[in-house]
Amino acid sequence: MDNFPIIRVITKLLMPYILLFAFYVQFHGDFGPGGGFQAGVILAAGLILYGLVFGLPALQKVAPPRVIEWLIALGVLVYAGTGIATMLLGGKFLDYEALKHHVLPGWLPEGQHLGIFLVELGVGITVTSVMTVIFYCFAGREPVDGH
Amino acid sequence: MIEQHLPVLIVVVPLIAAPLCVFLFNRTLVYLFALATCWATFGMSLFLLAKVLESGPFSYELGNWPVPYGIEYVVDYFSAFVMSFVSGIGAVVLTYAPKSLNDEIDPSRHYLVHPMYLLCLTGMLGICITGDLFNVFVFLEISSLSSYALISLGRSRRAPLAAFQYLVMGTIGATFLLIGIGLLYQLTGTLNMVDMAQQLADDHGSRTMLVAFAFVTVGLCIKMAVFPLHTWLPNAYTYAPSVVTAFIAATATKVSVYAFVRIVYDIFTPQFAFDVHGLDLFLTVFSLIGIFVASAAAIYQGNLKRLLAYSSIAQVGYMLLGVSMNNQDGLTGGIVHMFNHAIIKGGLFLVVGCFALRLHSVRLEDLRGAAKTMPLTAFAWVLGGLGLIGVPLTAGFISKWLLLTAALDNGFYLVAGLMLISSLLAVVYVWRVVEILYFSEPADAVESAREAPWSMLIPTYLLIVGILVFGIWTSYSVGVASQAASALLGGAP
Repeated sequence: MDNFPIIRVITKLLMPYILLFAFYVQFHGDFGPGGGFQAGVILAAGLILYGLVFGLPALQKVAPPRVIEWLIALGVLVYAGTGIATMLLGGKFLDYEALKHHVLPGWLPEGQHLGIFLVELGVGITVTSVMTVIFYCFAGREPVDGH
Repeated sequence: MIEQHLPVLIVVVPLIAAPLCVFLFNRTLVYLFALATCWATFGMSLFLLAKVLESGPFSYELGNWPVPYGIEYVVDYFSAFVMSFVSGIGAVVLTYAPKSLNDEIDPSRHYLVHPMYLLCLTGMLGICITGDLFNVFVFLEISSLSSYALISLGRSRRAPLAAFQYLVMGTIGATFLLIGIGLLYQLTGTLNMVDMAQQLADDHGSRTMLVAFAFVTVGLCIKMAVFPLHTWLPNAYTYAPSVVTAFIAATATKVSVYAFVRIVYDIFTPQFAFDVHGLDLFLTVFSLIGIFVASAAAIYQGNLKRLLAYSSIAQVGYMLLGVSMNNQDGLTGGIVHMFNHAIIKGGLFLVVGCFALRLHSVRLEDLRGAAKTMPLTAFAWVLGGLGLIGVPLTAGFISKWLLLTAALDNGFYLVAGLMLISSLLAVVYVWRVVEILYFSEPADAVESAREAPWSMLIPTYLLIVGILVFGIWTSYSVGVASQAASALLGGAP
């Protein structure tokens, strides 16, 4: 891609907006269309675009495969951990009502809002990492002998 | 406090343990953690079973959303029974696993095995416990996807191809199931099984319902490996690592049978499925053809794992024979056979794993005379084989006897006769291996082999002795299964 300065420049210009849009879809998902899955895919699309244009090593410097693997697990833990937290707080599994609190009311999300926020965050983390790992698997394949 | 949450914890504990395994750096630590999780899950399932037997079915509402809006987890006789043996097999097989895994899987991939194994267990337990039809699909995908990954870890280069074949067939099956569920959802506007069954009762026999029924049946038949949709199974079982084969062969098809029985009996009702649309005839015919074709194929296999794989297809036929009879005895027989076959086939595949560890081959010609150097392993094969044939005093006899009496009581003399003949085929393929193990001159590799290590023999014998125990003491297996069958036949669960 070294021979295509336009693509490189445009990608660099677009990158912050793609990432920002991903975070918008993620964190505005509880008020409008969006959510963890969509946001994760958009974020991963940003990463994959970066990898396509600047090469796999550059992307792996930004998102090391080992870290991405951990993030896959972390997302699931955030989701299931939310459920465990609600159980520890006296509710049922994923009963967000148990997440009611009185810290900074009106500023911090609470109850159902906080619950869905955390769960979607977990989904977002895992989807981003899984999409990136799929890209790594395809892009990182060694060529078959003799071809 | 924990007690009230057990129905969800039995799914959530392995689900959380799986990603935690990724964060543990030490391989031994990961294994011990996964092992503890499996035994804890088994403990929870026994506790749930005891609770159901004591005070009847109960349910748990996820997120405190009332039924039918939220997801409900139902613990009743059938689900508690299936969960208990699925998690039990999961725990025993993992106890057996470390030496075999070290031998058969590249060490760099070890950290993937345990999370996948736990996810597979999560999926199967989830299918059993959930009362929500869409949840069944989700958990089916969790268990299937992780089993594809596990199968592809096999040592042979054909393992990824076998996993891919299974993936293609399994995905078609899951898609069909999803289409069926979608149609049912469109028809009833609910995903809760009990609620859906009530809504469908008012809407008897619309075209949509029939199409949904067809999709769900075909989809699950692929997952159950019913003849002629069984083609994915032999390769998947043959090329997977021994531990994975033992776990999946003992549990996955049974859980699919569970889902099938649940959906046919509880949602579509036997009247609709059997009386109106004649599914019982189709099931009986395909089960019998499957039993004969697969048993005959098993006789000609040169690979021990493939032999057992074909025998699994035949055994699924027996389960479905019981299911298709649509009466108390037959259904009890089918359900008991799920349990009995799980311990028999699990035990036999563990035996195969012992041979694979010491002889590095499971081809029959490489096992010649193995009884001389590996007497305990070979004897375990004999006991397991007797169970597979259905010799009295083994678990296999109990379920076949129940199926046989059910067939005779209801006048299915042809079915009963064919069942007896098919057991003779099992004698042939089990005896063929016994003959090679005991009455052949040992091959060179066999001469220098040692007996399998105790860490593998003890779990193997745990299941093998289980075959004998449950062949004599049937109050647990047959008792619970008949309660499950009468609940299924008694209309709403």
